[in-house]
Amino acid sequence: MLNTVLMVVSVMVGLALVLNTIRLLIGPSTADRILALDTLYINSIALIVLLGLYFASDMYFESALLIAMLGFVSTAALAKYMLRGDIIE
Amino acid sequence: MLFVIEVFASFLLLMGGVFILIGALGMVKLPDFYTRLHAPTKATTLGIGCILIASMGLHALRGDGFAIHELVISLFLFITAPVSAYMVAKAALQRRTRFVDSTINTEMSKDILERRAPK
Repeated sequence: MLNTVLMVVSVMVGLALVLNTIRLLIGPSTADRILALDTLYINSIALIVLLGLYFASDMYFESALLIAMLGFVSTAALAKYMLRGDIIE
Repeated sequence: MLFVIEVFASFLLLMGGVFILIGALGMVKLPDFYTRLHAPTKATTLGIGCILIASMGLHALRGDGFAIHELVISLFLFITAPVSAYMVAKAALQRRTRFVDSTINTEMSKDILERRAPK
């Protein structure tokens, strides 16, 4: 039962990734694109956690943690660049 | 007992998937940037919280002991999601991204642009 549920949820998250990519491509303003990238990395963390559950491995959590940290830093850097035109003043 | 935990974890996983999908749908369907900001920052964060709790329960079920990784990831995501949403919203306001027509109190954005506290 669990494997079926994991497959269904993976398909849902994959569909969400496709929708985010659509917004990343059509997004009228720069802020929309930054928001789409932010959501993309959060959804990819969900996909990696699901993969770790499916293969019953502990390795995937380290990469999920790494993506979480780097994703926040990149979103902050992009927003700062958009706000001031510079990242470190 | 094991079956109960598995059913509960499956329910949480499905909830998480549905919330993540709702967040992504909202981001495609909603009319302007400031409404679009709501979908990923609230629905998606809730969804990933559900998935991480389910993962924690399943790891405990498998006998690996109480896994702290998922707790760290969810804590980090719950702290950083509002911060990044605030930063992106501030940047969009500075760029004068257009509001949808039914937005009220748009004149308050001038206070934020001039970095004054609102009255």
